[in-house]
This record gives sequence, structure tokens and C-alpha cells, in this order.
Amino acid sequence: MGDPLGMPADPVAAAAKKSAEVVLETVGLTKTFGGLTAVDSLDLRVHRGEISSLIGPNGAGKTTVFNVVTGIYRPESGTVFFQGENITGRKPHRIVERGIARTFQNIRLFPNLTCLENVMAGRHARTHSGVGAALFRPRSQVEEEKETRRSAEERLSQVGLWESRHELARNIAYGRQRMLEIARALATSPRLIVLDEPSSGLNPRETEDLMEFIKRIIRDEHLTILLIEHDMNVVMGISDWVTVMDGGRKIAEGHPRQIYHDPRVIEAYLGGGA
Amino acid sequence: MAGDLLPRSRVAYRARAVPLLLALLAVIAFPFFASDYLLDVAFFFGIYVLLGLSLNIVLGEVGLYDLGHAGFYAIGAYTTAILNTRFGIPVLILLPVSALAAGLFAYLVTSPIIHLRGDYLCIVTIGMGEIVRLGLINNPLGLTGGPNGVYGIDSPTLGFLRLDSSAGYYALIWVMVGLAVFALIRLQHSRIGRAWNCIREDEVAAQATGIDVRAYKLLAFVLGAALAGVAGNLYAVKLMVVSPESFTFWESCLMFSIVLIGGMGSVPGVIIGAAAISLFPEIFRSFASYRMVVFGVVMILMMMFRPGGAWPRRRGGTEAQDLLRRLWRTHG
Repeated sequence: MGDPLGMPADPVAAAAKKSAEVVLETVGLTKTFGGLTAVDSLDLRVHRGEISSLIGPNGAGKTTVFNVVTGIYRPESGTVFFQGENITGRKPHRIVERGIARTFQNIRLFPNLTCLENVMAGRHARTHSGVGAALFRPRSQVEEEKETRRSAEERLSQVGLWESRHELARNIAYGRQRMLEIARALATSPRLIVLDEPSSGLNPRETEDLMEFIKRIIRDEHLTILLIEHDMNVVMGISDWVTVMDGGRKIAEGHPRQIYHDPRVIEAYLGGGA
Repeated sequence: MAGDLLPRSRVAYRARAVPLLLALLAVIAFPFFASDYLLDVAFFFGIYVLLGLSLNIVLGEVGLYDLGHAGFYAIGAYTTAILNTRFGIPVLILLPVSALAAGLFAYLVTSPIIHLRGDYLCIVTIGMGEIVRLGLINNPLGLTGGPNGVYGIDSPTLGFLRLDSSAGYYALIWVMVGLAVFALIRLQHSRIGRAWNCIREDEVAAQATGIDVRAYKLLAFVLGAALAGVAGNLYAVKLMVVSPESFTFWESCLMFSIVLIGGMGSVPGVIIGAAAISLFPEIFRSFASYRMVVFGVVMILMMMFRPGGAWPRRRGGTEAQDLLRRLWRTHG
């Protein structure tokens, strides 16, 4: 894959990002489980149109941050702002409606639904038909259902799963399940997409394809991406901005090049004695 | 290639419609040949299809363990019995009223427990079913008649037509079954049905996909209970008497078995399950004392060899159906 730092640091882009709009911001975010403080007054900023990475050793609290941002956990204190709006403690489906979509570290699909149905489910937050419409099928419902199907089919082709559309999600290969999960997240028409270790369990080739895909959608669809990642090649190769966590706290943030050489980060990863 | 595929898929479509039409014809022709005894058997078969379909919404589509469904059935039956005997309201008008009453009851009792998962929900619904039954026995406000129940319920009338023959009841229940099947299949193939199935498959993922899990679970309970209420109305009308012993935990277990035997979330499966539960005991009447043994063995064998049920729902479509759909889209 070559030197991950082969990418030139672009001072112009770095300067531009300072003024770029903040899409997601957490202020003093704290989440505890019993006596354990999983996230400790975390301030995190994600700028529009960028790929931000959240890294850190195991147990640093990264996934907890994701779960708080997407509404699965309610934080003890602190605030989450999304596009300027306070979304702290809102229910997950409301947050999806606002425009945040996510994937899970250990893929969570609807295993006994077909791939197409999985992606169609992603349209739920953007459609409105109720029980009456389902029973009597007025024109509006028929149109909506057609549109749901059409856009789901489009998403499936986009991630290269058109051929598998009628297969059950549990029957497709692991790497394809990962892409299916991303397609489902994209189907919700998000502004921000939160990926929890998207490369875990993928082989190097699949990882490379995935990175290319992420870069492409961010460019074509004006998306913003926040990702948790363990694979340093991925983090350094793809991120515009990196935040490092350890023990629930933010210990460093910056351009990937800065982070790579930051002694605090090296210490966090390799341990104090190194 | 397309010209080759299209006619074949149309044939396939027609081939699927043929058994459906035959079944419909059989249901319509049945009363002209059958004895009153057979019509009564068919009536109770219909009741169990309705009950199975109603529990299927909750258990089959959403995967919520509800072992107190007889409670909703009872609410429907007693609503009809009490309102008819006290106020003389025609029983067919009470059909939607019973559905509403059972649905409302379900909304009130399941709202506080809807967040419970798996076995926990199961235990609470068992309790709910038992409380309904015991409440009926305790004769609150002298309304339910205690252990004797309520008797003297009118027979149904449609204008001048009195439907008090076995054939009349048979027609009534199978028309309702037809409507319920139609409604459920439409729900399955809609945004609502998809959301339900997503919750059954993975609740957390469903939330993260934008589905209001709580609301859709409640909706399933309310619709399921309303359909059980319809079954309760028809049951009360047929027997002309309702009593608590018809709505025991055993009744809930039978409904649960119907869905499990047939296949979770499958309408044809529920019909097969209901047939197994209601027809086989009639056929094997002479083995009455061994019935439970046979029933137990069948359940064990089912779990071992066909855990998905006798007729699980087949998902997705074929290439040919896809092609048809696209053709309709371009022409329509």
C-alpha cells in the first residue's frame, strides 16, 4: 500500500478547514457506566465535507462516542450539536431524520430480509405512508413505494450488489455485507455518516476498494464522514483530520501527519514504558 | 431474451393464481355440500385462522413474544356480549366496536411494557392474559357474570336476513378471514411491514435506520389485538354465550403454536397452523386421550426438522418478476 504519509500535506487546505462549517460538535460530552467513565468531557468537531477519524487504543471510548452521537446512549452531561441544533438525548430515529446515519463495528443487518429490502428499510425515515395507505394503496403510496424501490436499487448498484438484490442479507459474503450496511446508511439520505471500523474483517484489497468508495461518495454527494478506525494505513491515507482518544479523553488532534509523530499518541498506543 | 422471459413469467404468475382461485372456489362451494357439523368445524377453523393472523402480526412480523393474546380475544368477546345483552345493539355493529375496544385495551396495557425484550415481555403478557381472565371471573360491577359468563347474545342480522344458520356463521367468518388476509398481505408489502420485520431482525439496527421502534411495536399490538377482538365478536355471536373458561392461558398457547407451526410472518403458514390446531383434533376425535401426546411429538419434530415452520414466508422475487415490474413501470 506504500507509505501512508506519501500524501502531501496541503497547507492551503489546512488553512481553509479552519473556517469550514462545523457539522457535528460535542461539548464537554461525558458518559459513565456505573463507576467507569467511558467518555470524559470530550470536545469533538467535525467539519463539513471532510473525513474525520477518531482513533485510540481499545477501550478508549470511541464507540461510546458514536453511540451517544447517534442517540443510542444518553450522556450524563455535555451537549451534541448537529448543524447548529442541539440533538443531545434525542431518540435514534429522530437523529436519523436530522441526517446522521451509521454503521456498526460488528455489522448489523436485517439477516432474513433480502439485500434490496435492507436498503429499502433505509428509506423509512424519508417516507411517510401509514397503515391506511398500505391497505388502500392510493396513488401517493404507490408512487412512494416505487420511488423507495428505485432509489434502493440505485444504491445497491452503487455498492456493486445489484446481482445479490434478492439474496438474503445473511447469505452474502462478509465484505459484501459491509457494503450493504453502508448502502443502507446512505439510503437514509444523510448529511453525516458515521462508520464504526469499516475496514475490520476486510482483506487489504477490500479495504482499498472501500477507501476509494468513501472518497468518491464524499466528493459526489457532499457528505461528511466520521470514522473510527484501527487500520493506521486507512486513517493516514484517507483522513483530513484525526482526533485521538485514550481513557475517555481527547489526547490529541490534528492533521494525520502531525498525529503520526505526536509523542503522546505514540505513548498511548505503545504504552508508557516504550 | 426478454421476449423469451416475459411469456414464461406470465405463465408463472397465472400458475400461482390458479391454486388461489381453486381455494376461493372451494370456500364458496363448501356450504352447498357440507353438513352442519362440517360447517361448524369450518367456523372454528376460521376463528383460529383469525386468531393466528392476529397473533402473527405481533409474534410473526415483529417478533414480540405475546403469550397473553387470549386476553384481547376475551375483551372483544365480552364487549360484544355485554353491549348486546344490556343495550340490544346489533352484534354486527359491535364488530368494529369490539375491535376498537380490544385495540384500545392493548394500547393501554402494552404502552408501559413495550420496551421489555424477549422473555421478559413474554412473562408480562402471560400475566396480562391471566389478569383479564381473573377479572372476568370476579364479575366487576356485575357486568361479566362471573364464572357463568354472559348469555343470550343475539344472532347476527343483515337487513331482513338472519344469519343464524351454520352456513350464515360460516359465511360471516370466512368473509372476515378473506378481508384479514388481504389486509395483512398488503401490510406485509408496505413500509409498515418492512419496518416490523426490521425490528424483528435487529432492534438496534432498526433504530439506527430511522424506525421508531416503540411506535411500530405498539402499532403491531394494537392491530393484532383489534383483529383478536373481531374473532372474539364472532365467537360470542356464534356460541351466544361467553365465559372466562374460553379465554384461558391454553388458548394463548394454541395461538402461539399456530404461528410457530405455520411459520413466523407467513399468511399461508398461519392457515396451515390453524388447520393443524383446529381440524386434527376433530379428525382424531376417537384418539382423544392421546391427542396431547401426538401434539407434543409433532411440536418437537417441527422444532427439530422445520424450525422455520411448515410454510415460511418466501422473500424477494425472481428475475422474471423483476422484469415484469420494470415493464409495468415503463408502460404504466
